[in-house]
Amino acid sequence: MDMNRARTVVTAGLRGLALALLSLYGSLVLFVLMVVSLVLVPVGIGLITTPWVLAGVRAHADRRRLFAVEWCGVRIPVEPSGAKSWKGTFRLLGWLFVDMTAGFVTALVPAALVFYPLEGFALAFGLWRVFTDGTYVGWWYGFVPVSGQGSALLAGLLGVALLVASYFLTPALLRVHFLLTRAVLAPGQGELAERVRVLTETRRDAVDSSAAELRRIERDLHDGAQARLVAMGMDLGTIEALLEKNPAKAKELLARARRSSAEALGELRDLVRGIHPPVLAERGLGDAVRALALRMPVPTEVDVDFEGGRADAPVESAAYFAVSEVLTNAVKHSGADRIWVDLHHAEGLLRISVTDNGGGGAVVGAGSGLSGVGRRLGTFDGVLAVSSPAGGPTVVTMEIPCVLS
Amino acid sequence: MRVVLAEDLFLLRDGLVRLLEAYDFEIAAAVESGPELTKALAELAPDVAVVDVRLPPTHTDEGLQCALRARRERPGFPVLVLSQHVEQLYARELLADGSGGVGYLLKDRVFDAEQFVDALRRVAGGGTVMDPQVIQQLLARRAADDRPLGRLTPREVEVLELMAQGRSNAAIAGQLVVTERAIGKHTSNIFAKLGLEVSDDDNRRVLAVLAYLDQGR
Repeated sequence: MDMNRARTVVTAGLRGLALALLSLYGSLVLFVLMVVSLVLVPVGIGLITTPWVLAGVRAHADRRRLFAVEWCGVRIPVEPSGAKSWKGTFRLLGWLFVDMTAGFVTALVPAALVFYPLEGFALAFGLWRVFTDGTYVGWWYGFVPVSGQGSALLAGLLGVALLVASYFLTPALLRVHFLLTRAVLAPGQGELAERVRVLTETRRDAVDSSAAELRRIERDLHDGAQARLVAMGMDLGTIEALLEKNPAKAKELLARARRSSAEALGELRDLVRGIHPPVLAERGLGDAVRALALRMPVPTEVDVDFEGGRADAPVESAAYFAVSEVLTNAVKHSGADRIWVDLHHAEGLLRISVTDNGGGGAVVGAGSGLSGVGRRLGTFDGVLAVSSPAGGPTVVTMEIPCVLS
Repeated sequence: MRVVLAEDLFLLRDGLVRLLEAYDFEIAAAVESGPELTKALAELAPDVAVVDVRLPPTHTDEGLQCALRARRERPGFPVLVLSQHVEQLYARELLADGSGGVGYLLKDRVFDAEQFVDALRRVAGGGTVMDPQVIQQLLARRAADDRPLGRLTPREVEVLELMAQGRSNAAIAGQLVVTERAIGKHTSNIFAKLGLEVSDDDNRRVLAVLAYLDQGR
């Protein structure tokens, strides 16, 4: 007998025992709390208690995920980020129910295989005397009726058989428990397929829009700054030739060359602002949106609740251009004379709302600027929602999951 | 006049040093990073500082922060801030203490050496110099919904723009090729139409005009 194998088997048995207790008591209590809490939602109390209980259930499930990986190498996927939906909640509830019944049994079996034989041995070595004087069946060990030394030896034999079985089966049986857990707890294929579809789509949008952006930059450089620099070089060449012959004309051309260089600089500045606004690089999202607001022809108030916090550069940039697009939209189409921008970060979610007091009626439809914004935010798992009843006000809300540093 | 210069690009730093030396400024130090600038300002006690907004090591608005810190420690310490782009936000922060001796210009303005040096002298003398782009942005925004501003004649708007940049009557007269008296008349008309108090002090005049253009935001 291999000592290492024996140790593995005994450990698996102990773990099964721990899991059985955790399944029975932990899951049962949480299941009851959860059901009570959900039932109390209509009266209001549930609204407060449900998030608490749900957090407890998630922690319970996460601990099980940890055990699954550490003990048996079973990886149980978590919910896709941002999908803490009702579906997920009911899946957790279902898991609690399965865990306190089938989960309990599948955890108990490997434990029993290891520890039950001990009772059989004890009976064979004389424990049977406690239950019977040898004339009647005083105890059942498994399917063996114990009525004397002979049947007690049979019980011992069964114990040996069970022990041999456990030597080979216990670790595999413990694994069955985690496979069951995974079957119930992991998000279904449907949701994963949906996630893949969304990722494919947003990736294509991201690639398309960055390619379009590069084309635009190339064209702007080619027709703008580059052309001006060529003209400037040409003028400088002419100046060189004219310097002696016609100083007056040379001076005139010099002034023109200087104007060209100033214009080229101006164009480059606008281009840079379109690629990555300097204030964004220097100050971060909050101040960049403030600077943007100061450029708006409509009075715009900005409120930021994460002074100094910086998100990842791509997220900052996406959020900035989204706000910029929404503001431009509001100025062009809403007829508003006041706009409010609110930037707020909590629990890993950046939430930006742009409110205007204009005429409303904004739609997210084919070809509208807003649907473009939604698509670009999609790359970052961000979402966009528009509320714009006829007569206003219009509220555009954007949410992007991100962490601040 | 002793100048501390902070600019991280070697070509620009070198060019500025040459330019300023050609106009008889004494370069006390020409540094390339924020920490060096802070050290130079503390140790060399220059008459004026010329500072690029974006400096190493962070390449954020380190230069601007250094300038603002220096002015908090020494109110009115003259600083001319240069940048590749101008932002109302930064202009406001520079003007916030109202103590003058502040300039905020695009780097392009260096092209016109005379005007640039003139601006630096005015800042060193406690004046306020704002880039024409700052003023144009302010005007464009105010013009939309401001009735008193709408009553100004095109010539008066022109004078207002130059005044807001920090020019004196004499300088404005020179630029527009008219007499100083004519400009005096324009300015008093502008102040009357906008309901501002007339002031002989150039700097207070600039601040009043800037405050008017920036109000309500």
